[in-house]
Amino acid sequence: MFYREAGDFKTSYKQDSQTFPIKIDRLGYYVTLAIAFLVVPFFINDYWANAILLPFLIYAIAAIGLNILVGYAGQVSLGTGGFMAVGAYACYKLMTSMPDVSMFVHVVLAGCITAVTCIVFGLPSLRIKGFYLAVATLAAQFFLVWLFNRVPWFYNYSASGQISSPEREVFGIIITGPSASASATYLFSLIFLTVSALIARNLTRGTLGRSWMAIRDMDIAAEIIGVNPMKAKLTAFGVSGFFIGISGALFFSVYLGAVEVGEAFGPSKSFLVLFMVIIGGLGSIFGSFAGAAFLVLLPVVLKVVGVDVMGWPTDIVAHFQLVIVGALIIMFLIVEPHGLAQLWTVAKEKLRLWPFPH
Amino acid sequence: MKLKLTTLALGALMAAGPVMADLVFPMLSYRTGPYAASGIPFADGYADYFTLLNERDGGIGGVPIKTLECETGYNTEKGVECYESTKGQGALMYQPLSTGITYQLIPKVAVDGIPMHTLGYGRTSAANGEVFSNVFNYPANYWNGASGVVNHLLELNDGDIAGKKVTLLYHNSAYGKEPIRTLEELAVKHGFKLTALAVDHPGQEQKSQWLQIRRERPDYVAMWGWGVMNQVAVQEAANIRFPMENFIGVWWSGGEQDVLSAGDAADGYKALAIHGVGSDYPVYNHIQKYVVDAGKGAGAGDQVGTVFYNRGMYAAMLAAEAVKTAQAIHGTGDITPAMMRDGMEALEMTEAKMIDLGMPNFGPSFSVSCENHGGPGLVAVSQWDASSKTWSMISDFKPTDAEIINALIAEDSAAYAAENKITPKCN
Repeated sequence: MFYREAGDFKTSYKQDSQTFPIKIDRLGYYVTLAIAFLVVPFFINDYWANAILLPFLIYAIAAIGLNILVGYAGQVSLGTGGFMAVGAYACYKLMTSMPDVSMFVHVVLAGCITAVTCIVFGLPSLRIKGFYLAVATLAAQFFLVWLFNRVPWFYNYSASGQISSPEREVFGIIITGPSASASATYLFSLIFLTVSALIARNLTRGTLGRSWMAIRDMDIAAEIIGVNPMKAKLTAFGVSGFFIGISGALFFSVYLGAVEVGEAFGPSKSFLVLFMVIIGGLGSIFGSFAGAAFLVLLPVVLKVVGVDVMGWPTDIVAHFQLVIVGALIIMFLIVEPHGLAQLWTVAKEKLRLWPFPH
Repeated sequence: MKLKLTTLALGALMAAGPVMADLVFPMLSYRTGPYAASGIPFADGYADYFTLLNERDGGIGGVPIKTLECETGYNTEKGVECYESTKGQGALMYQPLSTGITYQLIPKVAVDGIPMHTLGYGRTSAANGEVFSNVFNYPANYWNGASGVVNHLLELNDGDIAGKKVTLLYHNSAYGKEPIRTLEELAVKHGFKLTALAVDHPGQEQKSQWLQIRRERPDYVAMWGWGVMNQVAVQEAANIRFPMENFIGVWWSGGEQDVLSAGDAADGYKALAIHGVGSDYPVYNHIQKYVVDAGKGAGAGDQVGTVFYNRGMYAAMLAAEAVKTAQAIHGTGDITPAMMRDGMEALEMTEAKMIDLGMPNFGPSFSVSCENHGGPGLVAVSQWDASSKTWSMISDFKPTDAEIINALIAEDSAAYAAENKITPKCN
């Protein structure tokens, strides 16, 4: 009744192939963007920025990056944590060696450096696939963390091996460091997320995205119809690495401010982002958002409800959190193996017919 | 739906938020995860001492204390969430009990104007109060610890450890890496040979490190371990029959939970100490009467009197004394975080005060000043007796190598000041 496409006619191919072909969807998209850019910055406080929105935005970028590799190109990767670390350390080195350059440039450059690293570690994908590739990328994860621990040049020879982000600006507005305002860090991350999502969406429905999906669905058949597997696989690694690098750079410089590679970018980070992609929905940009939101928000909500509202002891809530998040993951995967994105699509299908399903 | 729920919950939180009449102490504790074994007793001791003050004295200076516990799991992301959710509620002081979270909070607390106390952990060079105005790490820091280990070895060897082989087994994190620089300098000074072996988070896997120790046969092993890493290391040392009296842990590797699992084999293991061990202090009678018997103890209540419980209690006591100092300076009971900072900077602990508090000879006497946020750095050595299952002190609180440590502190804090454009000053 409310959600329908009747009367929404398309008169050109361009209109027909837009991202949101249904008018109400399009409207929702613009409203969301407007609220995110124009309303939220005025109401945001430190708690909302640092505890909820920043991690969500940054993990969403990482999830988009991994989704391109795993969801679109079918190359299983367990190296996300290591690649995020590359982004973070690249950003740190750039920030400290070129203090006067805008943070935008640093973050984008950090993404590029990660893309190159990711392509190098993607080379084994030309020979191996499936679980074997997963193991090869896991090796990248361990190697990169070891490297950043081992070589003092990466952390500027500091006594503790920690990297801390100094104060840096964009057009005179402080973005990193403790004095950065909540709205500045939020908007900075939001711009990166929006642009990343737009790039990812448009790449995945173009030639490149189609060649990724062809490789994912059946690599031999794809090769026979003329898709170059080397180009498809390596571009997938490169583009994925670019986004993951950006998320790693933001994670370190804007969100945490100080990181320690083993703790912040360990294997558990790789699995967390992979879970986001799987729960959100493989091969879906919306799924990356949904998965990130689910895994970032749920623990916070459970904590707020358990500790602040119900007044339970913190350790019991922390244990319950593990149980509940785990149970929900299993439940979602049983009810809807294609993730939250598919759940959303099914809900929309039903809504279209509602209230007369026949 | 999810967002709405958070909004509602947060709204409720905000509404119930700043009750300015209380002295608010957030507790960023961890009772879960691989470091819970060390985190639980500390959190219990910290909470119980504040409960005792509330029950016995009605708070500090007549103002009741409110503790806000937040579970970090030793995870920096959760630490950020905890900091942000508690700082709006009038938090007077932070005590994160994690070097990683400390590093993250150091710049933030300076901007937010809230003091932070890192008792025996955190960033060592924060002892320089001219640069780190809001961070305190009295009464001792990691570099005092490193020097304390070397001093103990010197004592054992009549002042000559040239040519001895010392291995440092450390947690591969900011925490574990802190003492390396100092030990390297001390190795040059005293002529011993230092090997550093890293153990990765969370610390259960140490087979290769101990294989290397068995191959290289060092004379002494020093350990900077935490949580489950301690238990595994003591067990591994027992497995290769490494003489336990030559195995010395820092004060974070010297709790009951660290040695009990290895049984009799752990007998003779040593650890540094920055405060008294055991429960043979008058304050424990009060804790028993007002807290434990009243059923108000934190956690499961099975940690009372352990080393880390003592440390939590010591941290809470120092915080309470700083509150008293601040109340005296500013003439008001209801202090702000800025007043709390002044109180911490003017804190003076004397033996007479400690006797009054029911903790005679529990910790060293010291006074804090703007130039020195680190205290005197007095370190003692304790030893484990597996048959009676107790730690006992085998030395007094002794000074450490101030010459080397102060030079390193000056160097590191100057680097931090330059990096963050801080002008060192004392007002």
